[in-house]
Amino acid sequence: MTSVAFFLRRLVFYVVAAWAALTVNFFIPRLMPGNPVETMMAKFPELQPQAQRALAAEFGAGHDGSLLHQYGQYVVDVLHGNLGVSVIEYPAKVSSIIGATLPWTLTLVGVATVISFTLGTGLGILASWRRGGWLDRVLPALTFLQGMPYFFLALLVVDAFANHLRWFPIQQGYSQGLVPGWHWPFIQSAVYHSVLPALTIVVTSMAGWMLQMRNVMITTIGEDYVLAAQAKGLSSRRVVVTYAARNAILPNLSGFALSLGFVISGALLMEIVFSYPGIGLTLYNAVTSDDYPLMQGIFLIIALAVLLANLVADAIYVIADPRARSQRSEA
Amino acid sequence: MTVALPARGALERLATRRRTRRRRLSTKTIVGALICGAFLVIAVVGPMVAPYNPSTQSFAPVDILHAPSMAHLLGTTSRGEDVLSQILVGIRATVVLGLLTGVVATALAVVVGISAGFLGGFWDEVLSLLSNVFLVLPALPLLVVLIGYLPSRGQTSTILVLSFLGWPWGARVIRAQTLTLRSRDFVAASRETGERTWRIIFFEILPNEVSLIAASFVGTVLYAIGTSVTLAFIGLTNFSQWSLGLILYWAQNGNALELNAWWWFAPAGLCVALLGTGLVLLNFGIDELGNPRLREATRRVRIEGRAWRPADPTPVLRSARPAGEAARGTRAGATRMVDQ
Repeated sequence: MTSVAFFLRRLVFYVVAAWAALTVNFFIPRLMPGNPVETMMAKFPELQPQAQRALAAEFGAGHDGSLLHQYGQYVVDVLHGNLGVSVIEYPAKVSSIIGATLPWTLTLVGVATVISFTLGTGLGILASWRRGGWLDRVLPALTFLQGMPYFFLALLVVDAFANHLRWFPIQQGYSQGLVPGWHWPFIQSAVYHSVLPALTIVVTSMAGWMLQMRNVMITTIGEDYVLAAQAKGLSSRRVVVTYAARNAILPNLSGFALSLGFVISGALLMEIVFSYPGIGLTLYNAVTSDDYPLMQGIFLIIALAVLLANLVADAIYVIADPRARSQRSEA
Repeated sequence: MTVALPARGALERLATRRRTRRRRLSTKTIVGALICGAFLVIAVVGPMVAPYNPSTQSFAPVDILHAPSMAHLLGTTSRGEDVLSQILVGIRATVVLGLLTGVVATALAVVVGISAGFLGGFWDEVLSLLSNVFLVLPALPLLVVLIGYLPSRGQTSTILVLSFLGWPWGARVIRAQTLTLRSRDFVAASRETGERTWRIIFFEILPNEVSLIAASFVGTVLYAIGTSVTLAFIGLTNFSQWSLGLILYWAQNGNALELNAWWWFAPAGLCVALLGTGLVLLNFGIDELGNPRLREATRRVRIEGRAWRPADPTPVLRSARPAGEAARGTRAGATRMVDQ
């Protein structure tokens, strides 16, 4: 099986997954108890008639056509980028709200995740190399960080560094009064505001990478080819890095794809704690104010983003592991 | 007769040594089990030993946001409620939710994983596709949306929604294990003797997956507790039932951090962290039972002042002091081996 065939197989899987996300999204409001349209009408009595009609059509409360017809209409709408109209920010389109908030999340979470993965994997190699060293003995303490709910750690960090030490700003993505754009004061302010949120993501997610890398490394170091490399008299750095770590990193790489869902969950809370103007905070606001169209649009976009990131992780995996190219692999 | 006696003695010694070795659990496992056990005990007796009713409010100035004292061991909230009582009562709801979700989701994982691995073919494709799709869909946003639609946010509906999203990880691992077990000789043998399918599954395959299922259960409980506390923190919970998450929600809403009321938010957060740590450590122990290399990595022997572990390369040691320049090359090589 060539790499192209492997990749195509994965692509088919992601198309199916995307279709599943779309379908789940379509059926949630129709299958859940209660009537979302009535809830919203009761909550927003000042809604204009055309907004009401739009909502009714979106949630299938209007009597236009069968379920299948509605589903077809929904798929066509989504493919055209039409995710409906937000209720709290009527008449803003859901797609334009998402377009304004998504870049914030993508930049911050993307950078923080890459830092966390690199640092964690590197420290995992170190811990396995010097087994019984101080790094290895600190590991059980790291499980405490891992067991702690993310938001709790974030709150403590905010309290220490923003409330008491006043080193970093408490909230928001940039200083008040600045106009977002590609100019230096804004970029500087945005970077300054993102240090603390990024730090909390790195600290909480690093331990997982480190533990997995260490455990796989210990198993790999016991393999015969590592022993052979040592017997050849290669330097221990070379044995560890190019012989053991190169193979031990594969489970971490495939775990990277699966962990993206958790990364997104962390980002959601991070944005709530820091009032960071990303997509997670918008989702939270949408849920607390029963803005169903916005809620669903955001879920769909997050799901698609995670699928896309998975596809990229798969491509990297194919490059890193020759076996994925030559063998029939699990979907 | 006299010849057999020492041999039997040696065998017995070997047997006792093996028994003691098997009994040895790593410190991590014991600590994890102790922590989890302590929380189970609190979950049972907590509400009975709570000194106050957790919801009783008191607006007397002495009772509002008071630091820990003899009357209130963990202080009071801004509405004069006793924090210790809230925690003692709240642990039960959190632990019960975790355990119930663990049971439901693990049961689903076992059913799906074993059916996929054992039946193979078409069913394997369908079930694997299903669990993989659930795995890549981001769980927390989906949970938030699902619970956002629920008209009532009771404990039962939260357990159902959490279980509905919590099974795929376990199912994937169990399926992989079932696939390797299915082709083993003992399964083939029992199939040849005409055992029924359900008997093969329950008496041949399932017992070999107990440690895997246990690990999956502990992992699911961890996920359920973490997620439910998180959901409660963002306000998607049952407000009439005290849980660790609800305490944190009120602490955050009452600006406990800004008011420096550490006794309000720290104990509940530390309880969750401790419970999580206990579960992670317990899972390490189960992992080590299944993977001897991880276990033996903690055992070491001292040779020439250096600690060696079973997975290290065999140490090459200098037996005699080599003399002269000619021997230096090999000596350097040998010491390098020791230094690895």
